[in-house]
Amino acid sequence: MSELSAVDRPNSYIGRSVPRPNAKRLVAGRGQYVDDLRLPRMVHVAFLRSPHAHARILSIDSAAAKSAPGVVRVVTGAEMAAVCTPWVGVLHHLKGLKSAPQHALAVDRACWQGEPVVAVVARSRAEAEDAVGLVEVAWEELPATVDMETALANGTPVIHPELGDNLAFQREHVGGEPEACFADADSVVVQASFHTGRHTGVCLEGRAILADYNPAEGRLTAYHSNQAPHMMQTVFAKHLGLREGDVRVVCRDVGGSYGIKVHVYPDEMATAALSKMLGRPVKFAADRIEGMVSDIHARDHRITARAAVTRDGVITAMEIDDLTGIGPYSVYPRTSAVEGNQVVNLCGGPYGLRGYKARTTVVFQNKTPTCQYRAVGHPIATTVTEGLVDLAAEAIGMDPAEIRRRNLLADDVYPFRNLAGLAFEGLSHHACLTKLLAMMDYEGLKAERDALRAKGVYRGIGLASFIELTNPSPFMYGIGGARISAMDGATVRLDPDGSVSVASGVTEQGQGTEAMLAQITAGAVGVDVARVRVTTGDTETTPYGGGTWASRGAGIGGEAALQAGNALRQQILVIAGAMLQAAPESLDVRGGVVVDRATGAERLPLEELGRIVYFRGDTLPKDLPRELVATRHYTPKDYPFAFTNGAQASYLEVDVETGFVKLLKHWCVEDCGTVINPMLVDEQIRGGVVQGLGGALLEHCVYSPEGQLLTGSLADYLLPMSGEMPDIAVAHVETPTKESALGAKGAGEAGTAGAPAAVQNAINDALRPLGARVFAQPFTPARILTALGKI
Amino acid sequence: MKPAPFAYARATTLAEVFDVLETHGDAARLLAGGQSLIAALNLRLASPSLLLDINGVAALRGVTFADGLLRIGALTRHAELGADPLVAQHAPLLAQAVPHIAHAAIRSRGSIGGSLALADPAAELPACALALEAVLVLASRGGERRVAAADFFPGLYQTALRGDEVLAAVEIPSRAGAACTLQELARRHGDYAIVGLAAQRLGQGVRLAWFGVGPTPLRTPRAEAAFAAGDVAGAQAALAGELDPPEDLHGPPALRLHLARVLLGRAAAALKGH
Ligand SMILES: Cc1cc2nc3c(=O)[nH]c(=O)nc-3n(C[C@H](O)[C@H](O)[C@H](O)COP(=O)(O)OP(=O)(O)OC[C@H]3O[C@@H](n4cnc5c(N)ncnc54)[C@H](O)[C@@H]3O)c2cc1C
Repeated sequence: MSELSAVDRPNSYIGRSVPRPNAKRLVAGRGQYVDDLRLPRMVHVAFLRSPHAHARILSIDSAAAKSAPGVVRVVTGAEMAAVCTPWVGVLHHLKGLKSAPQHALAVDRACWQGEPVVAVVARSRAEAEDAVGLVEVAWEELPATVDMETALANGTPVIHPELGDNLAFQREHVGGEPEACFADADSVVVQASFHTGRHTGVCLEGRAILADYNPAEGRLTAYHSNQAPHMMQTVFAKHLGLREGDVRVVCRDVGGSYGIKVHVYPDEMATAALSKMLGRPVKFAADRIEGMVSDIHARDHRITARAAVTRDGVITAMEIDDLTGIGPYSVYPRTSAVEGNQVVNLCGGPYGLRGYKARTTVVFQNKTPTCQYRAVGHPIATTVTEGLVDLAAEAIGMDPAEIRRRNLLADDVYPFRNLAGLAFEGLSHHACLTKLLAMMDYEGLKAERDALRAKGVYRGIGLASFIELTNPSPFMYGIGGARISAMDGATVRLDPDGSVSVASGVTEQGQGTEAMLAQITAGAVGVDVARVRVTTGDTETTPYGGGTWASRGAGIGGEAALQAGNALRQQILVIAGAMLQAAPESLDVRGGVVVDRATGAERLPLEELGRIVYFRGDTLPKDLPRELVATRHYTPKDYPFAFTNGAQASYLEVDVETGFVKLLKHWCVEDCGTVINPMLVDEQIRGGVVQGLGGALLEHCVYSPEGQLLTGSLADYLLPMSGEMPDIAVAHVETPTKESALGAKGAGEAGTAGAPAAVQNAINDALRPLGARVFAQPFTPARILTALGKI
Repeated sequence: MKPAPFAYARATTLAEVFDVLETHGDAARLLAGGQSLIAALNLRLASPSLLLDINGVAALRGVTFADGLLRIGALTRHAELGADPLVAQHAPLLAQAVPHIAHAAIRSRGSIGGSLALADPAAELPACALALEAVLVLASRGGERRVAAADFFPGLYQTALRGDEVLAAVEIPSRAGAACTLQELARRHGDYAIVGLAAQRLGQGVRLAWFGVGPTPLRTPRAEAAFAAGDVAGAQAALAGELDPPEDLHGPPALRLHLARVLLGRAAAALKGH
């Protein structure tokens, strides 16, 4: 039968800024974060963490701690290893990736400052911390490998001797004919060395887990601040010797995640293992100080890159040499090679090149492990690519907007496979750039900038086009052997009062997943959005799925909800048809009422249909199907990833006396396909942009040469604050993916992907008359003054 | 993190404060706004066995003006300091400093006494006290003694306070009508300054008090002399011999020296426009 598209249904909520159903509860302080939960017999764990970047554990004396007030148990790495098996963070499809077994508590040796070494369980967190102070560890400090630049050099200590060297992973990719392009006598070659500073994603709610192993049923329930409950179900089961079915992971309210809460952390594994050892609930909530050294870090890259451009402005080739330090272990189970791999995949992405060569080298070092953080690899690749594009424009005297117009992939070339091997179903680079330039009044802004330069005011305009990987298929993790679902399901049910419940495998961490699910379900079934209840984040009560990461919630989870909602509506219409003696095709559900499809005349409220089906089924034809619940799953099959694209711009002023940068305005035009809730998408973009701006200007995990984190609190690790943030204008171009009926691609990472590049280019635009350039993030006053020759 | 266990007592009179200080000595810490002390406890950088809350001690409150002298009680909150008409009239430098200190929530609890007693070298108020030539009133069982701001900050996070003393008030001769300016550079609004300058004209002279550039707030007499003589460039040049800034996460010593020169130039412009 002919199906109106999701967007076109008369009572669709798609494209409407519906308030989030959970917002009021959270704002009223009635959220349930892990640390709000209290269970009978619950105890707390605190960890003694390594004070050294690399040290052997000679002995541990926990006698005093054991007899301290309130202490229940003190556990060392050796005891822990008997309960929780170690893990190795590798995936087969990342060929050659190697790592060493990692334990929940360090055994014999600690490999970064902050690695958990001894667990102390007590009646309260305060008592556990008091007792941690009484544990005596005799350390033998070992030489630390800190600087990634020398990690592979002769004489540098090899962190895991059994691996042979400190090389975790290397990949080189060549597409087209880069050598010929660079050799072309008529082309100009530009080059630079870029640094993206090591960051961490600072969640409002720190990592937390309350593990409740019930020995009477042999089951573990973990209340976990996490993005991927089903993945954690597998991990807990595997390493604690349980069956997957005997592990339940519940993610209630999660206060931000950004990829931080999608990895396996030793302290969280230890907490689950302690619960199994003790047979009682154990809570761990990371405080900010331990979070800074134990949450994953990211983005620690040095990239040497060059591009060839013809004199008439055709960028023919790019060559990228990326180096990244990931800490002492590749993080389990997603691995720490993905970010470098993404840099290889994504550089040059928006452009039609004739030659592309890229290499990443991923090395071990004695620092906090790095792994996937919002927009994995994208801000790095975009910074490098767009930095090269601006250098090329400058080299041939072309306007930065013009060189992009000449080189961006045309909007009608799709489907297209680029030299990095990425398949694009449909992108809109030119439409986005055109809209961006109009929105910001590019020509007017240039005139203003030039007029102010004459007065000694140095303002700059920076552009950045980008691509973003969303809606990953099994090609992201599944093919590498990880039990991380690329498929997600939704179960939609009509209850007798006419209300609808939807349970989904994708999860909510504050971005509005549940609002998106409610809107899609309400529209598909045909009820008021206020009548839809949403359940996410519970392996026991939702369909199996991957959770929320890699901008997959709306595109994959949303499509499953749409299909399930449509299926429920069909079920309703078949039953209503029998009750009303009408053809189901002649009916529709709108506003919670079965109506005549052609006239909209109301025929039967859903609560009446529900009453008959559930309580007076005797009045219905015997062979009439009565299911009022439907489950549908969705997994992308045509493309490995649904790529999106967009363009950003930054306008800023550099105080050339102080090196301070003042952000004046930021713009982002992006194309995530169907926009389900414009307000949520815009705020995702804005939040993402702010995270990108933070990395560009402020955030930096700085280490001493000995491997001590020097920016270990939020007094030194500078987060962007609203006072310094500019207005961020957001607009959209919509190119729905044809793979799904919904047409939605991801929007969660676009802001972060492009913002640092736009800022870098704007700063360099401002500095251009003074002959200075900066390519090392964060762009601090000291770096800018150094580039200006003032210090 | 959770603080190590401590006992808590609340005083309402100075006599009670002195009792506790006598009995407990170094093991007791005074709690004013708590905006620095509580963070230090939570980080276990400090673990006093007793916290003595002085917020109820009326003798430490209030701003008064008499006989040409502005007296600011130690418990005066940063927010009160910024809004007080007597302060605005007689020590406008302090009012100028307040918006630079932290954020509104912190300013509504943090106190001038706490800020001076903490002696953070990057804090605004100790430098202002220096520029204003303030006198600090230290109270103990034996009575009050007065210490010039110039003698109050002997070293990093050190003060002239004895273990049995409380900082009771700050006294400042009226600076009404004298030009002043507070200049600072911080990465984000409310952060401690990378470099800051409290500049106060006094008669024909000027007091230049720097923060964020050394172990204590400090003055630069040679730069002051050149500045007072109208030689701003000479004052900027003199800083190289008078400031010896540390290297830290913000950058090398040269960064701070350069920024200090820039601030001095800006201070000159601000004072001229006054
Ligand atoms: C995020 C943040 C940002 C900040 N930014 C700034 C900034 O930019 N500039 C700035 O100057 N400050 C800043 N502060 C510090 C803030 O101004 C503090 O409030 C202030 O330094 C201490 O005042 P308090 O009243 O809170 O003192 P408390 O924290 O209560 O005490 C501090 C110390 O002083 C002692 N003490 C307090 N009162 C007395 C007294 N009357 N006699 C003797 N000893 C006493 C205490 O025993 C303790 O050792 C910031 C604080 C925070 C949390």
